Amino acid sequence: MRLTRRTLLGGMAALPVAVRAQSLDYRIEPVEVGDGLWIVRGADAPIERGNGGAIANLAILAGDEAAILIDCGPSLRYGRVLDAVARKLTGKPVGHVFLTHLHPDHGFAAGAFANAEVAGTAEVRRELQATAAGYADGMYRLLGDWMRGTEPVVPAATVTAGERLVAGRRLVFAPMAGHSPADLVVTDVATGTMIAGDLVFHDRAPSTPDADLATWRKTLGTLAAMSHKGLLPGHGPFDPGGQAAIAQTLDWIDWLESSLRGSVAAGLDMVAAGEVAIPARFDGLKAARYELQRSVSHFYPRLEAELFPRADQ
Amino acid sequence: MLAIFMFAPVAMAAALPADPLGSPMWADHARVLFADAPVEFDRRVVVDMPMLAENQRVFPVAIDASALPDVKRIVLLADLNPIPVAIDYAPTGAAPVVSVRIKLDQRTPVRAAVLTGDGRWHINGAWIDAAGGGCSAPPVSRVKGDWAEHLGEVRARAVLVGAEARLRVAIRHPMDTGLVGNTPLYHVEELSVWRGETRLGSMKLWASVAEDPAIGLILPAAAGDTLTIRGRDTNGREIEGRVAVQAAP
Repeated sequence: MRLTRRTLLGGMAALPVAVRAQSLDYRIEPVEVGDGLWIVRGADAPIERGNGGAIANLAILAGDEAAILIDCGPSLRYGRVLDAVARKLTGKPVGHVFLTHLHPDHGFAAGAFANAEVAGTAEVRRELQATAAGYADGMYRLLGDWMRGTEPVVPAATVTAGERLVAGRRLVFAPMAGHSPADLVVTDVATGTMIAGDLVFHDRAPSTPDADLATWRKTLGTLAAMSHKGLLPGHGPFDPGGQAAIAQTLDWIDWLESSLRGSVAAGLDMVAAGEVAIPARFDGLKAARYELQRSVSHFYPRLEAELFPRADQ
Repeated sequence: MLAIFMFAPVAMAAALPADPLGSPMWADHARVLFADAPVEFDRRVVVDMPMLAENQRVFPVAIDASALPDVKRIVLLADLNPIPVAIDYAPTGAAPVVSVRIKLDQRTPVRAAVLTGDGRWHINGAWIDAAGGGCSAPPVSRVKGDWAEHLGEVRARAVLVGAEARLRVAIRHPMDTGLVGNTPLYHVEELSVWRGETRLGSMKLWASVAEDPAIGLILPAAAGDTLTIRGRDTNGREIEGRVAVQAAP
């Protein structure tokens, strides 16, 4: 056989297709946690082909003439399934989508809701304008066909702080920061449920690619003091008491920071800093080692620059 | 003519052990790096890396060859990087251990090749998945524009653990690969570590080492010793730093 460029390319293409053949079906199973409020749980895992990037939690709320979504998932394909699920649950079309922050696992499905008002804080809109293309590259690389047709949407509507009636439903919007430069917390007044986005993780280790740990710590204190009953974290199970998940997130952040500083002080390199023992009290946190190693990548070079003395003066 | 090109690597491959990682570049790299020296894949070479490349511009690798006797050189190699070799370290008095951060231009095998005094190369490593562009994206300090203000700054810490010091050295340098438009190759190319007049180790570096090189070494030392780091970049700029060995915190 003569090896032409075409047969060579054909042979190379055949392998990935065979290996990656899988059904691209998102299974969305809402659970009602209050009157007219359902949560959809993401997989408590990294973004990977096995889960299609559906790793974040989101909330569906029934309004008078429309359904409301707080976050909407990772891809156009996911958004289309979610749209049908929300309509079936509430009997109404999705009229409002609020994005808690810039990360693609929470908001890249927004393109599926062209007839709804997609809203975020002014800061989130700015963040998305700056970062969405880069995140899209990453999501397509990790997820391939799951992402087909997905284009990041910068929210057209702006959310500001305060209480507002949305489709007849009273919601309290609290723009904050810490997990990212702009995090939005939404509290549903009727049920007392706080939808915390990625400011709160629960039994799943917090991720820190855009985090400011000092700000995050302060924000968690504010959240704990804000009036609410149950709490939906960005990742991990619903917290009916509303305080345990906040305390756990704070505990991890405190430990993470002291662990990283301790590793720098002990002269460990980044690999070793990602391999330190994780305290037993975090045994129940999924993806703990994975997130620790990511956090080492996010913070370690800066911490070394801060903590190492100059040697050339 | 084509036949000659196709036969040469095949003949070479017969003399080499089969690559457990199945790298398409194994035979080529082996021919250049090891020539006719005996080569074996050897688990005594520990190549430790995170489970994922969170940042393809700054990927940490830690190599420990202390299970091997009489280590002469430790070469860190990413097969599919456009600049495959990152460092070539000769631990003349230091422990045969080194950590460094490298760039990854795509999914690639990352490996350490360790030369022992008997002339044998011992190799181990693993595939690492990575987003593209670690070598062909501009360094952060070039984007920010402040690279020249900090060029050549050295930060260091040496912590005593038993009779050895863990030395961490961080040098501000853009480590330009020459693969980004209008910016020529420019990198730290040589570093050595001294205790008094004794050279404990020397290292050659290439531009696939991450921006602001951060190197970890283990050296024989006592509390109060001063370690000196000397180096040079490809423009002939001298690098020098001194750090006192401290007791562990």
